[in-house]
Amino acid sequence: MVTSLKEEELHKHVLIPYKPNAKYAYTAGQAQSRYLLGLKEGKILGRKCVKCGKIYVPPKMYCDECFRPTDTWVEVMDEGYVMTAVASFISWTREKISEPELVGVIRLLPSSPRDFVYPGIFHKLCVSYEEVKNMSVIGKRVKAVWRPKEERKASINDIQCFKVI
Amino acid sequence: MKVNIHLNKRVAVIGAGMTQFRRRILETPQEIAWEASSKALEEAGLELKDIECVVIGSAPDAFDGVNLKGEYLSHGSGGIRKPSSRVFVGGATGVMAAITGWYHVASGMCNTVLVVAEEKMSPARPHPQSVFRYIWDPILEKPLNPNLIWIFAMEMHRYMATYGIKKEEIALVSVKNKRNAANNPYAQLGGNITVDDVLNSEVLVWPVQLLDISPVSDGGAAMIMASEDVARRYSDTPIWVDGVGWTLDNTEWPARDLAYARYLEFAARMAYKMAGIENPYKELDVIEPYDPFDYKELHHIEGLRIAQRGEAPKLLKEGVFDIDGDIPSSPSGGLLGVGNPIAAAGLMKVISIYWQLKGTAGKMQVKKPVHTGLAQAWGDLMQASTVIIMRN
Ligand SMILES: [Zn+2]
Repeated sequence: MVTSLKEEELHKHVLIPYKPNAKYAYTAGQAQSRYLLGLKEGKILGRKCVKCGKIYVPPKMYCDECFRPTDTWVEVMDEGYVMTAVASFISWTREKISEPELVGVIRLLPSSPRDFVYPGIFHKLCVSYEEVKNMSVIGKRVKAVWRPKEERKASINDIQCFKVI
Repeated sequence: MKVNIHLNKRVAVIGAGMTQFRRRILETPQEIAWEASSKALEEAGLELKDIECVVIGSAPDAFDGVNLKGEYLSHGSGGIRKPSSRVFVGGATGVMAAITGWYHVASGMCNTVLVVAEEKMSPARPHPQSVFRYIWDPILEKPLNPNLIWIFAMEMHRYMATYGIKKEEIALVSVKNKRNAANNPYAQLGGNITVDDVLNSEVLVWPVQLLDISPVSDGGAAMIMASEDVARRYSDTPIWVDGVGWTLDNTEWPARDLAYARYLEFAARMAYKMAGIENPYKELDVIEPYDPFDYKELHHIEGLRIAQRGEAPKLLKEGVFDIDGDIPSSPSGGLLGVGNPIAAAGLMKVISIYWQLKGTAGKMQVKKPVHTGLAQAWGDLMQASTVIIMRN
């Protein structure tokens, strides 16, 4: 019953290209706004819940475990350990790219290797593809490489990448 | 976890139907839903007038390019002028649709439910990848230009690094599932491939390569669920739903260890408790864990507590999960072999277990007698999980 369209048939059919003229003005909210302003200052800010002790990075105004407001702003280090790292050879539209983009997740300090949840950040890594491929970068201690102060825009890109120290 | 289980009715599955899973199907989503639904009604020996409620599962609207897919699909799903609802929890949707059908009946609200799941991923241009962009945090993540595969590559590499698992060991899942899919008449990508084929395929986002990942697909699946009295009237071989579980973990995936599927452990504990299962390794006869990527099947087998953390690859290599093994896993061929029209693929897993337990899985039928089976799906930011346990 089900019949599929072949590549050549696709060209014989009418395609309806549609590009919605939709733009979004997202709100960063209370916690993320402060976080972004912190990045402009070269600081990574989190929110702490004193009841359970959890530090939220990126910050949240409420603790989703205790379901109560978080209590204080804390500054965590711009250093931590690489939890995972990958190398992308495709763009977000799935086109091939020749130079891989290298990204990963960093467990920021203070935190312990035993923590299942921790202050964390998803960002670019300034490392080589080889180090990602052979996994040697995973577990390495890294530090944020900040953009020069005058170029910072209160954006996640105020950090250029994380570099092995 | 505390779950109060006060059921009004015992729930059975009495019929199912599927379309083929293919890329760029000519039929519309409504026509696909209709085809799957009609086949399910036919297998159950029911007509649409016998159906009291309709549950529709479809993942985000953006894939098909049609807004409000629940309402849109209700035509082809027989849902007009009936209590119809749509559920969606990303990739976990297909099993969530079955769970929703289950609680419609278990609560006593409906005696018969038609559960329909449909997805058409291929209409998006230039590639459905670009539609996935909107699952990322718009402010903290999207500026880094991510594509969807990044997130799973990150999870896969974390899993490999934590337990010292090699790509060769993971590739065996793809080999097994595509081989199983060769026995599945609905499958898109069945066939014999080798570990080397996987390791030599195009690198997308290292460590994910082309043959580590399920294909873009269109397809539909449908299932009839009924209360015990109705089930006994229409079927000599009703298959009972004995346990369900579903949970969401938080969206803060960079702030939790991706090596272990905590979201799934919660859902599995709920389902095991309901089904009275204490030792899943001993008590489950056949499983369909969610496998949009090869490592996910192993990751999920551990989250289901069938294997210790980091031990699933060892059991795989020993043949435990082969079609003639102790616990055949993805005998349908899974998403890697059958295809991945998201919600339909999840319901396909439930239907595969139903056919296994009924003994009508044809060439897919596992060798040993089976009495207890499990299907599972997962979705969103390493976050949503749904589990269903059935017995014959
Ligand atoms: Zn708290």
